[in-house]
Amino acid sequence: MVFEPKILAFLCNWCSYAGADLAGVSRFQYPPNVLPIRVMCSSRVSPEHIFQAFDQGADGVFVAGCHPGDCHYINGNYKTLRKVKLTKKMLEQIGINPKRLRLEWISSVEGVKFAEVVREMTEELKELGPIER
Amino acid sequence: MLKRDVLVIGGGISGVQAALDLADKGYKVCLVDKQPSIGGKMVKLDKTFPTNDCSICISSPKMVEVSRHKNIDLLTYSEVKRVDGDAGDFRVRIWKRTKYVDPQKCTGCADCEKACPVEVVNQFNERLSKRKAIYIEFPQAVPLTYTIDYKNCIGCGACDRVCEANAISFLERSQEINLEVGSIIVASGFEQLEPSIRGEYGYGVYENVITSLQYERLLSSSGPTQGKVLRPSDGKPPKKVAWIQCVGSRCQEQGYPYCSRVCCMYATKEASITKEEDPTKKIYVFYMDIRAYGKDFQQYYDKAKKIGIKYIRSRPAKVYENLDRSLKVKYEDTQTGEIKDLDVDLLVLSSAIIPSRDNLKLAKVLRIEVDEHGFIKSKDLLLDPTSSTREGIYIAGCAQGPKDIPDSVAQASGAAAMALGPIKDRKRMTRVEKRKEIDVSKAEPRIGVFVCNCGKNIGGFLDVGGVAESAKKLPNVEWVEEDMFTCSEDTQKRIKQAIAEHNLNRIVVAACSPRTHAPLFQDTMEEAGLNRYLFEMANIRNQCSWVHSKEKDKATGKAKDLVRMAVAKASLLTPLQESEITVRRQALIIGGGIAGMKAALILADIGVRVYLVEREPKLGGKLRDIYKLFPSDIEAEKVLHKMIGEVKEDKNIRVYTGCQVKEIDGYIGNWEVEFTNGRHAVVSTVIIATGSQEIEPPASYGYKKSGQIMTQLELERTLKEGKIDKKAKNIVFINCVGSMTEERPWCCRIGCGNSLKNAKLLKEKIPGANVWVLYKDMRAFGKEEEEYYRSAQQLGVVFIRYDQDPKVTVGNKVNVEVLDSLLGESLEIDANLVVLTCQLEGDSSVGNLKRMLKVAADSGNFYQEAHVKLRPLDFATDGVYVCGSAHYPKNLSDAISQAEGAASRAAIPMLKGFTKSEGIVASVDEDLCSGCKLCIAVCPYSAIEFDEEKKVARINEVLCKGCGSCPSACPSGALQQKGYTDKQISSMVEAAFEEVS
Repeated sequence: MVFEPKILAFLCNWCSYAGADLAGVSRFQYPPNVLPIRVMCSSRVSPEHIFQAFDQGADGVFVAGCHPGDCHYINGNYKTLRKVKLTKKMLEQIGINPKRLRLEWISSVEGVKFAEVVREMTEELKELGPIER
Repeated sequence: MLKRDVLVIGGGISGVQAALDLADKGYKVCLVDKQPSIGGKMVKLDKTFPTNDCSICISSPKMVEVSRHKNIDLLTYSEVKRVDGDAGDFRVRIWKRTKYVDPQKCTGCADCEKACPVEVVNQFNERLSKRKAIYIEFPQAVPLTYTIDYKNCIGCGACDRVCEANAISFLERSQEINLEVGSIIVASGFEQLEPSIRGEYGYGVYENVITSLQYERLLSSSGPTQGKVLRPSDGKPPKKVAWIQCVGSRCQEQGYPYCSRVCCMYATKEASITKEEDPTKKIYVFYMDIRAYGKDFQQYYDKAKKIGIKYIRSRPAKVYENLDRSLKVKYEDTQTGEIKDLDVDLLVLSSAIIPSRDNLKLAKVLRIEVDEHGFIKSKDLLLDPTSSTREGIYIAGCAQGPKDIPDSVAQASGAAAMALGPIKDRKRMTRVEKRKEIDVSKAEPRIGVFVCNCGKNIGGFLDVGGVAESAKKLPNVEWVEEDMFTCSEDTQKRIKQAIAEHNLNRIVVAACSPRTHAPLFQDTMEEAGLNRYLFEMANIRNQCSWVHSKEKDKATGKAKDLVRMAVAKASLLTPLQESEITVRRQALIIGGGIAGMKAALILADIGVRVYLVEREPKLGGKLRDIYKLFPSDIEAEKVLHKMIGEVKEDKNIRVYTGCQVKEIDGYIGNWEVEFTNGRHAVVSTVIIATGSQEIEPPASYGYKKSGQIMTQLELERTLKEGKIDKKAKNIVFINCVGSMTEERPWCCRIGCGNSLKNAKLLKEKIPGANVWVLYKDMRAFGKEEEEYYRSAQQLGVVFIRYDQDPKVTVGNKVNVEVLDSLLGESLEIDANLVVLTCQLEGDSSVGNLKRMLKVAADSGNFYQEAHVKLRPLDFATDGVYVCGSAHYPKNLSDAISQAEGAASRAAIPMLKGFTKSEGIVASVDEDLCSGCKLCIAVCPYSAIEFDEEKKVARINEVLCKGCGSCPSACPSGALQQKGYTDKQISSMVEAAFEEVS
């Protein structure tokens, strides 16, 4: 059987979730491997949630926020950037390939980008295979 | 007859802002737009300068706010036909065209669009693509209802046959709506000049010559090419792109004499985005002067030059098409005087901003005047820019003249303040009565799940029945229902019924996006007595059925996962309350210049008690030193005298002169102020109007070494006192002294205007004197300023362009040496008078004030507004506002617009009498808080305080915007975001990976 990776996506309400909605309105097709969770701002996502996802079965985690400067909450996305970088380091230390965690800036008009990122990430994770737990 | 308070004509960003400002105060507004959707021109732009914000992303929330506002009636596809009566009692006739689609039923699914066989040129995409005869202009349209374009529809009925929602109604007729209002705001916007009148550039003849608005559509991800810049002739990406500026602007002979104000910056933006995306592209901009006059504009322009955009100072003479459809631009390089050719693949024309073509008709209906170009005329361009020539009718945005977005938005708020005049004593509606809430605190979760088919939009691509079946097995789920359209009116009734019959206390809807539809269902819940936060949505359409439409099994599986996640979170939801703070009608205005006084008068007029504090012994600010105003030659003294009189007479204004704010602490509704005169006050809102100041000129200009060298402000004083040396033979103005340097990289915005005014004045006052103005770029961007520039030239003022700073030597005489960068020749002048146009910076009080008021300022000491484009007068901190030169140097007209605007913004909570928090805010568990203060550092809204007694963090719910930065920074788990607690998010993560049998 082909390995189908599971991706958990944390999307900020104002840009990235809207971008994912637009991908829908425009009918851009992408693999159904991603399960989105809407948060008001990407800065809400804490490393704990990311570790929990990997612990409970995610093969990849995808965090998306507004482009730098576009944050609905002034500067939340910069905090996200720092947190994700830190989390990547910690993932490496516990033996999880940091590529499995991805941060992207996706605006509300970038439906194409959302679809592309999910497609790319699914392919990448297929190559990496499941996490050995 | 509909009775409303204000009619706003035009639903672009200006109209939207004006409508929201009034509706938020509790007045009933009717917003009319002739297009099927509101949004105007701003929604066509890809990004906005100078922050490269995504334009539709930032406008869309405001548009949605309009459509959901209880105090706004939105009439799209409608036009004002007739207006009778006068201020306070206008009777308006509006023609509402039918869209032939029932907005209550249309779900925006696009099935009809696919079925429609008729293709029409897409005007929204600036004619670069086709749309169908049934269409929405853009995916984020408000209202999101399809429109049948009657002119092009062939009546085949294909749309009707595929519409599952039965929304098409060919029999629906256009109707006349009669309306009574007290005030009218005209926000009819602008159009871009069809550049074919400049035949030499080949627009409309050569396919690869396009307008800048067309280029915006090419850049836009939702545009005709999905954001890829492709040549119209062959669909290939261009390697070389050029912009030509001032096409039809600054050109009396073939276009319009004025400067369109925004083209330099948007061309720089378009060029920068293109270059940054592909640095191998060669990018050119042909310009006359780069008018980078606004906040951060100059820095944006400097950056563009740094990344390799080539700016060529020239107005090209002619454009030819080459055999390969590329273009040959023929121009004179004014720096070298050579005639040159440049071949480019794509040529973009920055063509003029011209009045909306309906302005004349509209002006006739409203009985107001237009100016000689067709823009709506202000009662007084300098002193009353937002009033039209008729009482009760006001102007916002580009209807009055070209403007960028923040200037439009500020003016729109200003117009909203002025529109209060005729209606201020009317009854307002600031609260919506709600049904008493059912107490669910002791009940176990009982969840109702409603799964939507959305016609075939969901049902056609996944097994809705299967999703519903699997939901029935989930814990706490008591009721599951499958609907054809969950958003339809009859389903709302069924939801309410189900809540009552099955004692449901949580609702999950599996349908489309919560961004568009959650409020609808939440309203339904409130009507049934349930708290609106006991709601969760699973997006099985936009993020599932539509995007996995060829994988039915997998899409069904994912939909089940999404529902399981939503149900898991719903089980943990708790009711949330929006807490309230009383806001009394008391305001502090810091700074008694023209902006501060204007804001004070407006607020006092609507019954606000104002404390106006001025550091100097007299009111008036910088205007006290100014001799005459630009560009109208009125004496500043006269204007000032009148206004100071009004302020002093007003019983609602208490003026403290020779006084400053010593201490101020608190938050909206409760600022405690201590003044240096020993007095105290408690106010609800604060407006900062502290102005700007000249920097001390660098020593190299010989300042203070000779009495013949002075700054602009010193010249103004000398002129005012009548002490000007009438025998001065040679007078030199030097612009940009200390501006656009490494230390102070910004442009002072008003310096060119000042030197134009005083150069012309001295030339007239001292017959026979030679007057030179040494400048870098002549930034005469405002209304009637370009015309003034022209008149100064005609009068004989000599303008010398320089790149290297002029040299001033002081010996027996004062000598100025400058290299004329256009002629390449050096010029030496024995000057009797040298006037230095110095860089401006924010007032020296900024350091103290920003700390006490918890607001930010930039490196030039100008206050940092909440959002550069859409919230130019607000701060991130609620209840504090800014206007005038404290924001960035302003001329009189802009300062007054902003002062009116800031007064309007501050009046919103004061007229409402309260301000409410978001339901989704942070909370602290005091038992867990270790008092580390990390949360205080990450909060962008200064909403967290430290309780010194208990040594714990405390949330000010009214200031918290609910971003959730703090809980994810809290190391002890003491902070939570209501509605997004760690437990709630974790439950979703867990449910996502649950093995399902």
